[in-house]
Amino acid sequence: MAKRITTPLSDETIAGLKAGDQVLLTGVVYTARDAAHKRLIALIKEGKELPIDLQGQVIYYVGPAPAKPGDPIGSAGPTTSMRMDPYAPTLMEHGMKGMIGKGMRSKEVRDAMVRHRAVYFAAVGGAAALVAKRIKSAEVVAYEDLGPEAIRKLYVEDLPLFVIDDIHGDDLYEQGVAKYRKA
Amino acid sequence: MGCAKPRVIQAGDIADAMEKLCISACCNLPEENLERIEAYAATEESEVGRQVLEMILENHRLAAREQRPACQDTGLAVVFLELGQDVRIEGGDLVAAINEGVRRGYEKGYLRKSVVAEPLFERKNTRDNTPAIIHTSIVAGDKLKITLAPKGGGAENMSGVAMMIPAAGVEGVRKFVIEQVRKAGPNPCPPVVVGVGIGGNFEVAPLLAKKALVRPMGSRNPNPAYAALEDELLEAINKLGIGPQGLGGSTTALAVHVEYAPCHIASLPVAVNLNCHVSPHQSITL
Repeated sequence: MAKRITTPLSDETIAGLKAGDQVLLTGVVYTARDAAHKRLIALIKEGKELPIDLQGQVIYYVGPAPAKPGDPIGSAGPTTSMRMDPYAPTLMEHGMKGMIGKGMRSKEVRDAMVRHRAVYFAAVGGAAALVAKRIKSAEVVAYEDLGPEAIRKLYVEDLPLFVIDDIHGDDLYEQGVAKYRKA
Repeated sequence: MGCAKPRVIQAGDIADAMEKLCISACCNLPEENLERIEAYAATEESEVGRQVLEMILENHRLAAREQRPACQDTGLAVVFLELGQDVRIEGGDLVAAINEGVRRGYEKGYLRKSVVAEPLFERKNTRDNTPAIIHTSIVAGDKLKITLAPKGGGAENMSGVAMMIPAAGVEGVRKFVIEQVRKAGPNPCPPVVVGVGIGGNFEVAPLLAKKALVRPMGSRNPNPAYAALEDELLEAINKLGIGPQGLGGSTTALAVHVEYAPCHIASLPVAVNLNCHVSPHQSITL
């Protein structure tokens, strides 16, 4: 049974999530990929204000396809998260509580999740047309010049996700392989 | 005959064909891809894994029904041209026609533009998904066959090449391929298709691996020794436990395709190119 959770993520919600849980997430999430992360980190280094408030927020690693007329967004599945690893700990220091993507995270990022009590979710990669059906609105809020890599504010309803890394340092990818490996 | 009049193909027709291919390849996946995923969904050992495979099938059918790209990463436009030597192209140049078709297809099909003009300093998006990556072979005949394999970044980043010594042999190749898939883990959106190129040289092996990915999913190399290697690798990879989306399970790869070429007496080049479960490709012949 999937748990229903909402954003922004409260400490209580996060404490109740374990690697392997299936969740349906509702609320605002922000999109950002490599290029947007690079700019956010540069602003933090310069001590400047960010274009989005990160407190309790969830960042979805996605570069959506363009919306067809009448749709809020085009196909929008997760991108590979490891490319954001160099930036993620700094964003957690500044309040980010959740990340959505696919694929492994570095040890540094997993340690930072334990330290800052944040979680990492995976969406089903390549199921991008299906994921888009759960996105009810989308607007560009920063870096429009980056095209698919701009920061968008999405409102999602019952977005199906798996908890990969929790605040205890457990990891679903490691657990899964350990369970099914035969050689 | 040697003195036959060349067959004329208009550049405009090539651009039109290319435009259609871009949209269709991203939205309508080959039927054998879906059949293959269905077959693995029936044998997948993990319940979550089965659930993920069902979701993927639902996604791919939705994409075709509503003509939406199955994956938001509609990739670099990788194009294989088989150009008959008796063809003459009029009304423009071939490369420009291919790029014009890509430009129009990615715009009209609401496909994502994923190309940066320069890789290291500015990384500025070209905003129309050009230039395409074009591999041309001159072949006998008077036709032009265009194959488009849009290639996403996630699986491409997990690819690799090794320049082995001949003594490494079958065992060396086996270890390298399996280790490449194991290291990639959940990143390339498993279940994956594994393209393996053996032989040639430093630049040919990766191209063979890429060509292996545009074979019909699950087809076998005509050389029985290489077909047996494909079977053996697929079985070994599906024992890794990575499973659908890396969440654990018995379906890590949907197929392994091996292509080979003659090589130097001193060399054994091996390349692995991975595709995600979407594995889009489509051909048209003019």
